[in-house]
Amino acid sequence: MVHWSAEEKQLIAGVWGKVNVEECGAEALARLLIVYPWTQRFFSNFGNLSSPTAITGNPKVRAHGKKVLTSFGDAIKNLDNIKGTFSKLSELHCDKLHVDPENFRLLGDILIIVLASHFGKDF
Amino acid sequence: MLTAEDKKLIQQIWGKLGGAEEEIGAETLWRMFHAYPPTKTYFPHFDLSQGSDQIRGHGKKVVTALGTAIKNMDNLSQALSELSNLHAYNLRVDPPCFSLQFLAQCLQVVLATRLGKEYSPEVHSAVDKFMSAVAAVLAEKYR
Repeated sequence: MVHWSAEEKQLIAGVWGKVNVEECGAEALARLLIVYPWTQRFFSNFGNLSSPTAITGNPKVRAHGKKVLTSFGDAIKNLDNIKGTFSKLSELHCDKLHVDPENFRLLGDILIIVLASHFGKDF
Repeated sequence: MLTAEDKKLIQQIWGKLGGAEEEIGAETLWRMFHAYPPTKTYFPHFDLSQGSDQIRGHGKKVVTALGTAIKNMDNLSQALSELSNLHAYNLRVDPPCFSLQFLAQCLQVVLATRLGKEYSPEVHSAVDKFMSAVAAVLAEKYR
Protein backbone atom coordinates (compact mmCIF):
# COMPACT_ATOMS: atom_id res chain seq x y z
CA MET A 1 0.00 0.00 0.00
CA VAL A 2 1.08 3.53 -0.67
CA HIS A 3 1.95 5.77 2.27
CA TRP A 4 1.81 9.52 2.18
CA SER A 5 3.74 11.91 4.36
CA ALA A 6 1.74 14.54 6.22
CA GLU A 7 2.98 17.10 3.73
CA GLU A 8 1.89 15.00 0.77
CA LYS A 9 -1.58 14.55 2.24
CA GLN A 10 -1.83 18.30 2.64
CA LEU A 11 -0.73 18.91 -0.93
CA ILE A 12 -3.29 16.43 -2.22
CA ALA A 13 -6.11 17.94 -0.17
CA GLY A 14 -5.02 21.42 -1.24
CA VAL A 15 -5.08 20.61 -4.94
CA TRP A 16 -8.35 18.73 -4.65
CA GLY A 17 -10.00 21.72 -3.05
CA LYS A 18 -9.47 23.60 -6.30
CA VAL A 19 -10.62 20.86 -8.64
CA ASN A 20 -13.90 21.13 -10.51
CA VAL A 21 -14.85 17.49 -10.17
CA GLU A 22 -17.42 17.52 -12.94
CA GLU A 23 -15.16 19.19 -15.52
CA CYS A 24 -11.99 17.32 -14.65
CA GLY A 25 -13.79 14.00 -14.43
CA ALA A 26 -15.38 14.47 -17.83
CA GLU A 27 -12.10 15.55 -19.36
CA ALA A 28 -10.06 12.73 -17.81
CA LEU A 29 -12.45 10.02 -18.94
CA ALA A 30 -12.77 11.54 -22.42
CA ARG A 31 -8.99 11.66 -22.77
CA LEU A 32 -8.71 8.04 -21.62
CA LEU A 33 -11.06 6.99 -24.41
CA ILE A 34 -9.26 9.20 -26.95
CA VAL A 35 -5.60 8.59 -26.08
CA TYR A 36 -6.05 4.87 -25.33
CA PRO A 37 -8.91 3.93 -27.65
CA TRP A 38 -8.93 0.29 -26.59
CA THR A 39 -10.44 1.38 -23.29
CA GLN A 40 -13.64 2.03 -25.22
CA ARG A 41 -14.28 -1.68 -24.96
CA PHE A 42 -15.72 -1.10 -21.51
CA PHE A 43 -18.17 1.51 -22.72
CA SER A 44 -19.91 -0.02 -25.70
CA ASN A 45 -23.30 1.19 -24.46
CA PHE A 46 -22.23 4.82 -24.24
CA GLY A 47 -23.34 5.69 -27.74
CA ASN A 48 -21.24 7.78 -30.12
CA LEU A 49 -17.51 7.42 -29.41
CA SER A 50 -16.45 7.73 -33.03
CA SER A 51 -14.17 10.78 -32.78
CA PRO A 52 -12.46 12.97 -30.16
CA THR A 53 -15.19 15.57 -30.65
CA ALA A 54 -17.94 12.98 -30.21
CA ILE A 55 -16.29 11.57 -27.11
CA THR A 56 -15.70 14.96 -25.51
CA GLY A 57 -19.30 15.97 -26.07
CA ASN A 58 -20.86 12.65 -25.13
CA PRO A 59 -23.16 13.19 -22.12
CA LYS A 60 -22.69 9.65 -20.81
CA VAL A 61 -18.94 10.12 -20.83
CA ARG A 62 -19.30 13.38 -18.95
CA ALA A 63 -21.64 11.90 -16.38
CA HIS A 64 -19.51 8.86 -15.81
CA GLY A 65 -16.36 10.96 -15.57
CA LYS A 66 -18.00 12.96 -12.82
CA LYS A 67 -18.95 9.75 -11.00
CA VAL A 68 -15.40 8.43 -11.17
CA LEU A 69 -13.81 11.62 -9.94
CA THR A 70 -16.35 11.96 -7.14
CA SER A 71 -15.15 8.55 -5.92
CA PHE A 72 -11.58 9.79 -6.01
CA GLY A 73 -12.74 12.62 -3.79
CA ASP A 74 -14.09 10.10 -1.28
CA ALA A 75 -10.72 8.38 -1.26
CA ILE A 76 -8.95 11.66 -0.67
CA LYS A 77 -11.09 12.24 2.41
CA ASN A 78 -10.04 8.79 3.61
CA LEU A 79 -6.39 8.46 2.65
CA ASP A 80 -5.72 6.34 5.71
CA ASN A 81 -8.25 3.78 4.64
CA ILE A 82 -8.29 3.71 0.86
CA LYS A 83 -8.64 -0.05 0.86
CA GLY A 84 -11.82 0.12 2.88
CA THR A 85 -13.20 3.03 0.91
CA PHE A 86 -12.72 1.27 -2.42
CA SER A 87 -13.55 -2.24 -1.32
CA LYS A 88 -16.93 -2.46 -3.05
CA LEU A 89 -15.68 -0.68 -6.19
CA SER A 90 -12.74 -3.06 -6.29
CA GLU A 91 -15.06 -6.04 -6.30
CA LEU A 92 -17.23 -4.42 -8.95
CA HIS A 93 -14.33 -3.69 -11.30
CA CYS A 94 -12.94 -7.19 -10.86
CA ASP A 95 -15.95 -9.49 -10.69
CA LYS A 96 -18.51 -7.66 -12.79
CA LEU A 97 -16.69 -5.26 -15.07
CA HIS A 98 -13.55 -7.38 -15.62
CA VAL A 99 -11.23 -4.41 -16.01
CA ASP A 100 -7.49 -5.07 -16.33
CA PRO A 101 -5.90 -3.05 -13.50
CA GLU A 102 -3.41 -1.62 -15.99
CA ASN A 103 -6.27 0.62 -17.09
CA PHE A 104 -6.40 2.21 -13.63
CA ARG A 105 -2.78 3.29 -14.08
CA LEU A 106 -3.64 4.76 -17.48
CA LEU A 107 -6.52 6.78 -16.03
CA GLY A 108 -4.26 7.94 -13.20
CA ASP A 109 -1.60 9.16 -15.64
CA ILE A 110 -4.24 10.96 -17.67
CA LEU A 111 -5.74 12.63 -14.61
CA ILE A 112 -2.30 13.93 -13.68
CA ILE A 113 -1.91 15.47 -17.11
CA VAL A 114 -5.39 17.03 -16.91
CA LEU A 115 -4.54 18.56 -13.54
CA ALA A 116 -1.21 19.79 -14.93
CA SER A 117 -2.94 21.52 -17.83
CA HIS A 118 -5.41 23.19 -15.47
CA PHE A 119 -2.98 24.26 -12.76
CA GLY A 120 0.03 25.18 -14.90
CA LYS A 121 3.03 26.21 -12.84
CA ASP A 122 1.18 25.47 -9.61
CA PHE A 123 1.32 21.79 -10.41
CA MET B 1 0.77 4.27 -35.71
CA LEU B 2 1.45 7.96 -36.18
CA THR B 3 -0.99 9.51 -38.64
CA ALA B 4 -0.17 12.54 -40.78
CA GLU B 5 -2.39 14.59 -38.48
CA ASP B 6 -0.48 13.34 -35.40
CA LYS B 7 2.82 14.34 -36.98
CA LYS B 8 1.49 17.79 -37.80
CA LEU B 9 0.24 18.34 -34.25
CA ILE B 10 3.55 17.22 -32.77
CA GLN B 11 5.54 19.54 -35.00
CA GLN B 12 3.21 22.41 -34.16
CA ILE B 13 3.44 21.85 -30.46
CA TRP B 14 7.21 21.50 -30.58
CA GLY B 15 7.35 24.77 -32.46
CA LYS B 16 5.58 26.50 -29.57
CA LEU B 17 8.31 25.62 -27.09
CA GLY B 18 10.24 28.65 -28.30
CA GLY B 19 13.76 27.87 -27.21
CA ALA B 20 12.78 26.64 -23.75
CA GLU B 21 14.10 23.19 -24.58
CA GLU B 22 16.78 23.15 -21.91
CA GLU B 23 14.35 24.19 -19.17
CA ILE B 24 11.75 21.70 -20.30
CA GLY B 25 14.34 18.92 -20.37
CA ALA B 26 15.65 19.80 -16.93
CA GLU B 27 12.16 20.05 -15.43
CA THR B 28 11.12 16.76 -17.02
CA LEU B 29 14.09 14.93 -15.54
CA TRP B 30 13.67 16.58 -12.16
CA ARG B 31 9.99 15.58 -12.02
CA MET B 32 10.87 12.06 -13.10
CA PHE B 33 13.50 11.62 -10.40
CA HIS B 34 11.12 13.05 -7.85
CA ALA B 35 7.97 11.13 -8.78
CA TYR B 36 9.66 7.88 -9.80
CA PRO B 37 12.70 7.50 -7.55
CA PRO B 38 13.84 4.17 -9.07
CA THR B 39 14.83 6.12 -12.18
CA LYS B 40 17.60 7.70 -10.13
CA THR B 41 19.38 4.38 -10.04
CA TYR B 42 20.61 5.02 -13.56
CA PHE B 43 22.38 8.20 -12.49
CA PRO B 44 24.51 7.38 -9.45
CA HIS B 45 27.23 9.59 -10.90
CA PHE B 46 24.99 12.67 -11.12
CA ASP B 47 24.36 15.52 -8.74
CA LEU B 48 20.61 15.07 -8.55
CA SER B 49 19.77 18.21 -6.62
CA GLN B 50 17.26 20.55 -8.21
CA GLY B 51 18.75 22.76 -10.87
CA SER B 52 22.07 20.91 -10.94
CA ASP B 53 24.25 21.49 -13.98
CA GLN B 54 24.17 17.81 -14.76
CA ILE B 55 20.39 17.65 -14.77
CA ARG B 56 20.21 20.75 -16.95
CA GLY B 57 22.85 19.42 -19.31
CA HIS B 58 21.30 16.01 -19.58
CA GLY B 59 17.79 17.40 -19.91
CA LYS B 60 18.94 19.51 -22.81
CA LYS B 61 20.54 16.46 -24.43
CA VAL B 62 17.36 14.44 -24.12
CA VAL B 63 15.09 17.15 -25.49
CA THR B 64 17.49 17.87 -28.35
CA ALA B 65 17.38 14.18 -29.27
CA LEU B 66 13.59 14.29 -29.20
CA GLY B 67 13.73 17.32 -31.47
CA THR B 68 15.83 15.32 -33.92
CA ALA B 69 13.34 12.50 -33.74
CA ILE B 70 10.51 14.91 -34.50
CA LYS B 71 12.28 16.11 -37.63
CA ASN B 72 12.59 12.47 -38.72
CA MET B 73 9.29 10.93 -37.73
CA ASP B 74 9.10 8.98 -40.98
CA ASN B 75 12.31 7.22 -40.15
CA LEU B 76 12.69 7.04 -36.41
CA SER B 77 14.61 3.80 -36.48
CA GLN B 78 17.44 5.27 -38.48
CA ALA B 79 17.40 8.70 -36.88
CA LEU B 80 17.69 7.23 -33.40
CA SER B 81 19.94 4.35 -34.35
CA GLU B 82 22.95 5.54 -32.35
CA LEU B 83 20.84 6.19 -29.27
CA SER B 84 19.21 2.82 -29.74
CA ASN B 85 22.63 1.17 -29.61
CA LEU B 86 23.59 3.20 -26.58
CA HIS B 87 20.47 2.31 -24.62
CA ALA B 88 20.69 -1.37 -25.55
CA TYR B 89 24.35 -2.10 -25.10
CA ASN B 90 25.65 0.49 -22.69
CA LEU B 91 22.90 2.00 -20.62
CA ARG B 92 20.61 -1.03 -20.52
CA VAL B 93 17.68 0.87 -19.07
CA ASP B 94 15.06 -1.71 -18.12
CA PRO B 95 12.79 -1.92 -21.18
CA PRO B 96 9.54 -3.25 -19.72
CA CYS B 97 9.32 -0.54 -17.11
CA PHE B 98 11.30 1.47 -19.58
CA SER B 99 11.89 4.57 -17.65
CA LEU B 100 10.89 5.99 -20.97
CA GLN B 101 7.33 5.49 -19.81
CA PHE B 102 8.04 7.63 -16.77
CA LEU B 103 10.05 10.09 -18.81
CA ALA B 104 7.21 10.34 -21.33
CA GLN B 105 4.65 10.91 -18.60
CA CYS B 106 6.75 13.64 -16.97
CA LEU B 107 7.41 15.32 -20.30
CA GLN B 108 3.69 15.42 -20.93
CA VAL B 109 3.07 16.92 -17.51
CA VAL B 110 5.61 19.66 -18.24
CA LEU B 111 4.10 20.35 -21.66
CA ALA B 112 0.60 20.41 -20.13
CA THR B 113 1.60 22.88 -17.42
CA ARG B 114 3.05 25.19 -20.05
CA LEU B 115 0.41 24.82 -22.72
CA GLY B 116 -2.75 24.55 -20.62
CA LYS B 117 -5.83 24.28 -22.83
CA GLU B 118 -3.64 23.99 -25.93
CA TYR B 119 -2.62 20.57 -24.70
CA SER B 120 -5.84 19.24 -26.17
CA PRO B 121 -6.83 15.55 -26.15
CA GLU B 122 -5.70 15.33 -29.79
CA VAL B 123 -2.26 16.77 -29.02
CA HIS B 124 -2.02 14.59 -25.91
CA SER B 125 -2.80 11.52 -27.97
CA ALA B 126 -0.26 12.40 -30.67
CA VAL B 127 2.54 13.06 -28.19
CA ASP B 128 1.76 9.87 -26.28
CA LYS B 129 1.93 7.85 -29.49
CA PHE B 130 5.16 9.55 -30.51
CA MET B 131 6.86 8.84 -27.17
CA SER B 132 5.74 5.19 -27.41
CA ALA B 133 7.30 5.01 -30.85
CA VAL B 134 10.55 6.52 -29.56
CA ALA B 135 10.62 4.06 -26.66
CA ALA B 136 10.06 1.16 -29.02
CA VAL B 137 12.95 2.25 -31.25
CA LEU B 138 15.27 2.66 -28.27
CA ALA B 139 14.35 -0.84 -27.10
CA GLU B 140 14.77 -2.41 -30.57
CA LYS B 141 18.24 -3.77 -30.07
CA TYR B 142 17.93 -5.10 -26.56
CA ARG B 143 17.86 -8.63 -27.77
